[in-house]
Amino acid sequence: MDVTTLTAHRCRELLAAGEVSAVELTRAYLDRIAATDGAVQAYLAVDAAGAVAAAAAVDAKPRGERLPWEGVPIGLKDVLCVKGMETTCGSRILKGYIPPYDATVIAKLRDAGLIFLGKLNMDEFAMGSSTENSAFQTTRNPWDLDRVPGGSSGGSAACVAASEAPWALGTDTGGSIRQPASLCGVVGLKPTYGAVSRYGLVAFASSLDQIGSLTRDVRDAAALLDLIAGRDPRDSTSIGLPEPVGEPGRTSLEGLRFGVIGELIGDACEPGVREVFDSAVDAIGTLGGVCEEVSLPSVERGIAAYYLIAPSEASSNLARFDGVRYGHRTAESEDLYEMYVRTRSEGFGAEVKRRIMIGTYALSAGYYDAYYAQAQRTRTLIIQDFARAFAAFDFLISPTSPSVAFKIGERTADPLSMYLSDLCTIPVNLAALPGISIPAGFSAGLPVGLQIIGPHFSERGMLGAAHALEHHLRVNVMPPLAAPEAAR
Amino acid sequence: MISRQEVEHVAKLARLHFDEEELARLQPELGQIIDYVRQLAELDLSGLEPTSHAVPLKNVLRPDEPVAGLSQAEATSNGPDVERGQFVVPRIG
Repeated sequence: MDVTTLTAHRCRELLAAGEVSAVELTRAYLDRIAATDGAVQAYLAVDAAGAVAAAAAVDAKPRGERLPWEGVPIGLKDVLCVKGMETTCGSRILKGYIPPYDATVIAKLRDAGLIFLGKLNMDEFAMGSSTENSAFQTTRNPWDLDRVPGGSSGGSAACVAASEAPWALGTDTGGSIRQPASLCGVVGLKPTYGAVSRYGLVAFASSLDQIGSLTRDVRDAAALLDLIAGRDPRDSTSIGLPEPVGEPGRTSLEGLRFGVIGELIGDACEPGVREVFDSAVDAIGTLGGVCEEVSLPSVERGIAAYYLIAPSEASSNLARFDGVRYGHRTAESEDLYEMYVRTRSEGFGAEVKRRIMIGTYALSAGYYDAYYAQAQRTRTLIIQDFARAFAAFDFLISPTSPSVAFKIGERTADPLSMYLSDLCTIPVNLAALPGISIPAGFSAGLPVGLQIIGPHFSERGMLGAAHALEHHLRVNVMPPLAAPEAAR
Repeated sequence: MISRQEVEHVAKLARLHFDEEELARLQPELGQIIDYVRQLAELDLSGLEPTSHAVPLKNVLRPDEPVAGLSQAEATSNGPDVERGQFVVPRIG
């Protein structure tokens, strides 16, 4: 049996039954990474020694005394601070940064006994939709190595799809978990804003950022959410979940009403994506759910609002990278001002600079009302449209991404076309809602995801509905690259 | 559109420097993005409050109990230039 093709739940069961030791499991993943990551390039750093040592410590404990998830490995997006482990955010400006503390989610997973395999590639500071903005390497889609894995959590999605970890943490500011999940054919969960503490997550856009998971199935997504959710005194915007999500066991959609967001299934959507989406709508009907089209006119303004709000917040958050307290500092400078300018100009990549420029412009004197304030009013409109829709529907659905994975390099020359790929996911962040992407089928051999959106803090119900659909659709989540024979 | 002077002014505010080649690329890129987001400026949203927080929140108080934070050595451990527990910077202005 190749343990690397299993879900985290199966890993846990094998550990509990004594059929595999934590060291064997960890080594299997490290071997798998050694075999396939040269091609996929999902990991920025692998902590083989640390992972094996942590696994050996688990094996030294009697099985009866272990915590439920103790010994199960996980991959981590390189935007989360892990004490003693280099954290770069895919940026030259943070090369060599060793956090002296754990992010809250990391501390929770450490306490639960999970094994950290390493740090995963991402668009620099999570700004991007293809992971091509990483300063260090280009991650490839395990379904087609000439294509992008999506982004910004492209390393996390690719590593799970390629069986280089049973599951991984990612972050989602405008779709950065759901879109790569869709493009790599895995499950991507973005919780309600406030469900999970952001302490120790390097900030991009603080009113939108949320930590979530990339997994092989919905059950694993539910379990990982229960491990990381909760109010945290160190993040004053964290609220936690009203109740644990528990085991999503639902297999029917009887009694549930699904609204199909009309504005997100129009011309922007590729025909092949639309076909898979329509078959998912049929599947909801087969399972006893009701689907009806609903109009949310304001979501078409989502991208414009997002590309004002997110860069504005980013321009402020990224002011901290000034060469004084951490990260890169320019070699030579006459005075402090020159040191700031040279450090930042050398350390940031082109997309990060672009967004800092847009944000600084939008917040600068004379433009604030026309841009930033107007974007926040648009956001209010979007929140109201969602609230109206949720008065009539339990969940809303759309394709996760209007297209399948695109070719590496195809959109890098045109920043605006890259921004438009976040059409379906951005409104969910603006309204702080939970959303999940599950594999729904294939278009020309490439995965297509279905997005399910719920009201605030409806994760339990949303994951239940996602589980029923997943159970019915039974989409293959194993790219040819990940098949056991290919690894040998 | 955004003028060359505006791009240079904003770069200064953002503590960034662009050479001639970068400016030649950046100016039209920013112009294109700003033209796109300008669609919002044309909407009449006068009756709407700008969102300050997307999830209803209320103030929650907690007891003010001191807990240990990072030590000075830990907090300065990543500094590019540190002397006697302080960050050293080039002269100001």
